[in-house]
Amino acid sequence: MPGKLKVKIVAGRHLPVMDRASDLTDAFVEVKFGNTTFKTDVYLKSLNPQWNSEWFKFEVDDEDLQDEPLQITVLDHDTYSANDAIGKVYIDIDPLLYSEAATVISGWFPIYDTIHGIRGEINVVVKVDLFNDLNRFRQSSCGVKFFCTTSIPKCYRAVIIHGFVEELVVNEDPEYQWIDRIRTPRASNEARQRLISLMSGELQRKIGLKVLEMRGNAVVGYLQCFDLEGESGLVVRAIGTACTLDKLSSPAAFLPACNSPSKEMKEIPFNEDPNPNTHSSGPSTPLKNQTYSFSPSKSYSRQSSSSDTDLSLTPKTGMGSGSAGKEGGPFKALLRQQTQSALEQRGGSPHRFCRRREFPFFTLTAFPPGFLVHVGGVVSARSVKLLDRIHNPDEPETRDAWWAEIRQEIKSHAKALGCHAVVGYSESTSICEEVCILSASGTAAVLNPRFLQDGTVEGCLEQRLEENLPAGCGFCHIPYDELNMPFPAHLTYCYNCRKQKVPDVLFTTIDLPTDATVIGKGCLIQARLCRLKKKAQAEANATAISNLLPFMEYEVHTQLMNKLKLKGMNALFGLRIQITVGENMLMGLASATGVYLAALPTPGGIQIAGKTPNDGSYEQHISHMQKKINDTIAKNKELYEITPPEISEEIIGSPIPEPRQRSRLLRSQSESSDEVTELDLSHGKKDAFVLEIDDTDAMEDVHSLLTDVPPPSGFYSCNTEIMPGINNWTSEIQMFTSVRVIRLSSLNLTNQALNKNFNDLCENLLKSLYFKLRSMIPCCLCHVNFTVSLPEDELIQVTVTAVAITFDKNQALQTTKIHVEKSLQRASTDNEELLQFPLELCSDSLPSHPFPPAKEHLESASSNSGIPAAQRAVTVEKASPMGEGNFRNRSAPPCANSTVGVVKMTPLSFIPGAKITKYLGIINMFFIRETTSLREEGGVSGFLHAFIAEVFAMVRAHVAALGGNAVVSYIMKQCVFMENPNKNQAQCLINVSGDAVVFVRESELEVVSTQQPTANCQPSCTGGEVTT
Amino acid sequence: MTSELDIFVGNTTLIDEDVYRLWLDGYSVSDAVALRVRSGILEQTGATAAVLQSDTMDHYRTFHMLERLLHAPPKLLHQLIFQIPPSRQALLIERYYAFDEAFVREVLGKKLSKGTKKDLDDISTKTGITLKSCRRQFDNFKRVFKVVEEMRGSLVDNIQQHFLLSDRLARDYAAIVFFANNRFETGKKKLQYLSFGDFAFCAELMIQNWTLGAVDSQVDDMDMDLDKEFLQDLKELKVLVADKDLLDLHKSLVCTALRGKLGVFSEMEANFKNLSRGLVNVAAKLTHNKDVRDLFVDLVEKFVEPCRSDHWPLSDVRLFLNQYSASVHSLDGFRHQALWDRYMGTLHGCLLRLYHD
Repeated sequence: MPGKLKVKIVAGRHLPVMDRASDLTDAFVEVKFGNTTFKTDVYLKSLNPQWNSEWFKFEVDDEDLQDEPLQITVLDHDTYSANDAIGKVYIDIDPLLYSEAATVISGWFPIYDTIHGIRGEINVVVKVDLFNDLNRFRQSSCGVKFFCTTSIPKCYRAVIIHGFVEELVVNEDPEYQWIDRIRTPRASNEARQRLISLMSGELQRKIGLKVLEMRGNAVVGYLQCFDLEGESGLVVRAIGTACTLDKLSSPAAFLPACNSPSKEMKEIPFNEDPNPNTHSSGPSTPLKNQTYSFSPSKSYSRQSSSSDTDLSLTPKTGMGSGSAGKEGGPFKALLRQQTQSALEQRGGSPHRFCRRREFPFFTLTAFPPGFLVHVGGVVSARSVKLLDRIHNPDEPETRDAWWAEIRQEIKSHAKALGCHAVVGYSESTSICEEVCILSASGTAAVLNPRFLQDGTVEGCLEQRLEENLPAGCGFCHIPYDELNMPFPAHLTYCYNCRKQKVPDVLFTTIDLPTDATVIGKGCLIQARLCRLKKKAQAEANATAISNLLPFMEYEVHTQLMNKLKLKGMNALFGLRIQITVGENMLMGLASATGVYLAALPTPGGIQIAGKTPNDGSYEQHISHMQKKINDTIAKNKELYEITPPEISEEIIGSPIPEPRQRSRLLRSQSESSDEVTELDLSHGKKDAFVLEIDDTDAMEDVHSLLTDVPPPSGFYSCNTEIMPGINNWTSEIQMFTSVRVIRLSSLNLTNQALNKNFNDLCENLLKSLYFKLRSMIPCCLCHVNFTVSLPEDELIQVTVTAVAITFDKNQALQTTKIHVEKSLQRASTDNEELLQFPLELCSDSLPSHPFPPAKEHLESASSNSGIPAAQRAVTVEKASPMGEGNFRNRSAPPCANSTVGVVKMTPLSFIPGAKITKYLGIINMFFIRETTSLREEGGVSGFLHAFIAEVFAMVRAHVAALGGNAVVSYIMKQCVFMENPNKNQAQCLINVSGDAVVFVRESELEVVSTQQPTANCQPSCTGGEVTT
Repeated sequence: MTSELDIFVGNTTLIDEDVYRLWLDGYSVSDAVALRVRSGILEQTGATAAVLQSDTMDHYRTFHMLERLLHAPPKLLHQLIFQIPPSRQALLIERYYAFDEAFVREVLGKKLSKGTKKDLDDISTKTGITLKSCRRQFDNFKRVFKVVEEMRGSLVDNIQQHFLLSDRLARDYAAIVFFANNRFETGKKKLQYLSFGDFAFCAELMIQNWTLGAVDSQVDDMDMDLDKEFLQDLKELKVLVADKDLLDLHKSLVCTALRGKLGVFSEMEANFKNLSRGLVNVAAKLTHNKDVRDLFVDLVEKFVEPCRSDHWPLSDVRLFLNQYSASVHSLDGFRHQALWDRYMGTLHGCLLRLYHD
């Protein structure tokens, strides 16, 4: 499909003065695509030139159309000397390449210069004519839709969810090429911007090809990242979930995607998985192998000592470089391990001839109803690597191999949890000099195969599965074999259905499933941690980092667990743990949204135990602290309206005959390490968490627990899409980015001081946000996304992007009340069926148990039928984030006189009070800004403030030009800031992405639909047309 | 631990009205923080001083970036960098161009030049308005002046179109520009009792009746410059006081009409010739630029002060001026009725406005 690209340059406005003498500018425009360049006439002496050019036509391959950006340069004509560049506009024409998106790009674009920022605007019209030419060898993937949204986009239906797609491309970083020494900073920046634009185009095209190969037509949850590896190059990598999507014809009909199971299913999902899935343990599949099948993977992980289920104690992360010393070749060990596991897989599934997908990963965080069957827990893996120069950009093998190892590990962790898939999957890196930490994490899960292309589950089994799933708690049930648990966990019967076992806490990286039954509200929970590290070179450095990592992971999880208990909650969603490496320290920041899941047991309190019980004053101090902790828990329960139905306890008694107690925190985490059961010690108090205060460090920890201040009244915060317990959003939203950098006083830095500094930094930042947004109360900060970087020795940078959404307080109260009543009811009805399984659960002793777990499933299925349907109805109604009618009373203020259309931006996948009627394409932009007059631009704050405002402006302008009025699933993936105040210089790189959409206010939608029922409405508030 | 960098950028630009006011008033960040603390905001919100400091800095930075756009308000509407709801844009502009009464009285009628700008220090000390705020207000006056001078059409309309001000504020600016262009003296001690509103009122009347625009709406500068021909013609009015018969006749007409209606009749009768001479001489002198500048001084000296010293109530002044203007129509020997009306119609309104304590 070659195509014809047509570009028209209409006019400019607000151009800068380029000729001091006349205070005017003689501007003209160069339009470049690939190697072809056109020029407009020079428009003499004007700051608002009207070029009204002819249509410039480029005849190009669609491959180029996908890779290349359209480059528009505005220049000032100079008769005697070289023409001066005013600035540039890069336009990604990808949205024009698939039929359902935009048809024309037309509007005012800010003219951007990497040294001066935005310098006026230019009005451009771009169109593409594609010709069908099916005989060509397909190198392009025009037509594959891309979405950043990590759920099925609102106006589509998922026919099949194919699975994981990934790709990476590498290149030399222009900033580090020899030519950079002789070219201007501007030329260098532009070379970089252009290269990255090209590389992302190429990457997207390649991913598209993979999707086409899988017979999909879209990528959902597309996440593209840059690794600036410095000397060793530039890596652009992306992951996503390939899907086949169907557009819903009417924007109003948002049918759940589960209605039509695909007919195309051919193979069992994840056939390479030697573990039969829990759910496939229907009568048709003999289950003999289940118990044993754990052992190979388990022993494998033990032997390689590399499996860190993210919470593991095993210093897996140290593996790569740790072995370097011993074996000379740094990565041999890992490679061996990988081949070994590959062999293992093949052995495990001998009858599979074709592996369609290597990794059963999904970048989605929210799913169609019924998709998610069980959740096992968080799995993650990290690996420390030494960067070397990328010798051959066309064969990025090393980087590929690195990621393949990590993914392999993730897969085996999931396997160990009895899960065949990983959802909410993401990958990240942290680079400092030549050391790089690769991280991947996700949530091990069992999925319903109906949605997966190569699932072959017989119809009857499917039916049973569905009945088998009690709504609202099914996903909490453990997917692993309780007798062969991969780690010691504390199991109870589900507090909701009483049929299945659930862990005492649940950590996940996904959003809260819409059908989950939650009590009260959720809250943002963060664990923050710093560790000093000696400065070192190369391998020694990598080893040092590797050695520190397991301790950091351990402590981060301890903190998370403690804070969760302190909030009186029992589950974490949207968990994201970021480990950042700097010259002389490591930082860990974990963010998640804590909630109280009705299905899980009430968390016990936190018990403090002193080491020297005889000292009286010490005792007193301890008891004082204990009281403080208890008070905090009580206060939090009240604050977050956590009032679990009390009756359940009485009726059940304790389902666990011998509640196990733990003296150390980590052991009690359900997702904790895989093999250290023998460390579980009994302690006096039932079901309580015990903090042992044996030194000042521990004291500090307890103190820091208590220093986290809850948000002021009227504020809630979470890092998931929506806040559990709030469902009556109004339409007022405010997306923002906040950046802070602090300089540490370098003298005598201790871990403790460092921790305090870091903690204060984050807390103060949150406090500032609450203060700034106070006019929006009652409101909730959603999708709060913290990123930490260590740009220099003593600098810590924290970047936060989030959206504040107001809600209607009165209705909120009402719904929670109803909600609590409902859960009360449910609890009581469920109790009657309780004692069918007087099972004795004893998870740490692992004798061969006669009880076949599969049977349990069957029986519960039969005894349970009927109830789920009713429950589902309740929860679905409750969970809809935008209840009809909630928004009608408050719509956005009319923007009558505005000449610039309003473009909303939000990190969420939806816009409260509105319906998304059209996805216009992905926005993926990369900008560099540099200055050599830092002081004159207001210092670092002034510089970055202006730059971020400019980035927002450019995103909005592109969306408006596509005919859109909002960006959803917006994220700022990178914000790399470097300064050199002595030279009065600074540089910043920002990478943002999101989905450009058209939305219609629900109130307007009603009007439209009554007037013209079937109209595929092009809304009146498009805001895309920016008129003069 | 020191904060190197601390910013907050919203997709919709946050504007805090209170901080904007502090910024406009020219307070430094630390002063503004102190003032905000004093307002009790910390207690209301439970914030800390550090939070307030950071918040204030952010707003100040935003305002600083917006200032460039505020210099040409239509730019603020078309720019893409800051997404601001229209009502907020209007508020930003209106407040930016608002000025202090105390300040405007100091510079009203002065040439908006570098020389005056140098005096801002003194004005700042005298009025207690920060130098920064004085500079902003002065620069606003000057900017508006520069843009609308030599422009065709109504002064108020031009200001409104180029600065998007409210009708009221645009009228005030028209007065300021008019005064600055004609350099009317307003600073004399005698004139201190007059408010900006008094002058603005007079300016409006004068623009309506005495400028080129009053007769021809198609000339440059039409509302800024007084109609030279008209001023020249005003000499003709001299006959009203020079011709003794005419003056006596005028007096008798007025006295007859007002007898019994005026509380200060006798004083009026005694002073009639002086007052009339004063008013007519003011008109006759307007051919000289110097005397144009002294217009208000003269009016106060020649009319307001004498009446005030005799304790004329305002109602009597109104009756007198009505009769004084109208009686001229009955003077058969006087041929410049239209000229008289153009002059006296405006002066009548001005004098009434100027006549207070």
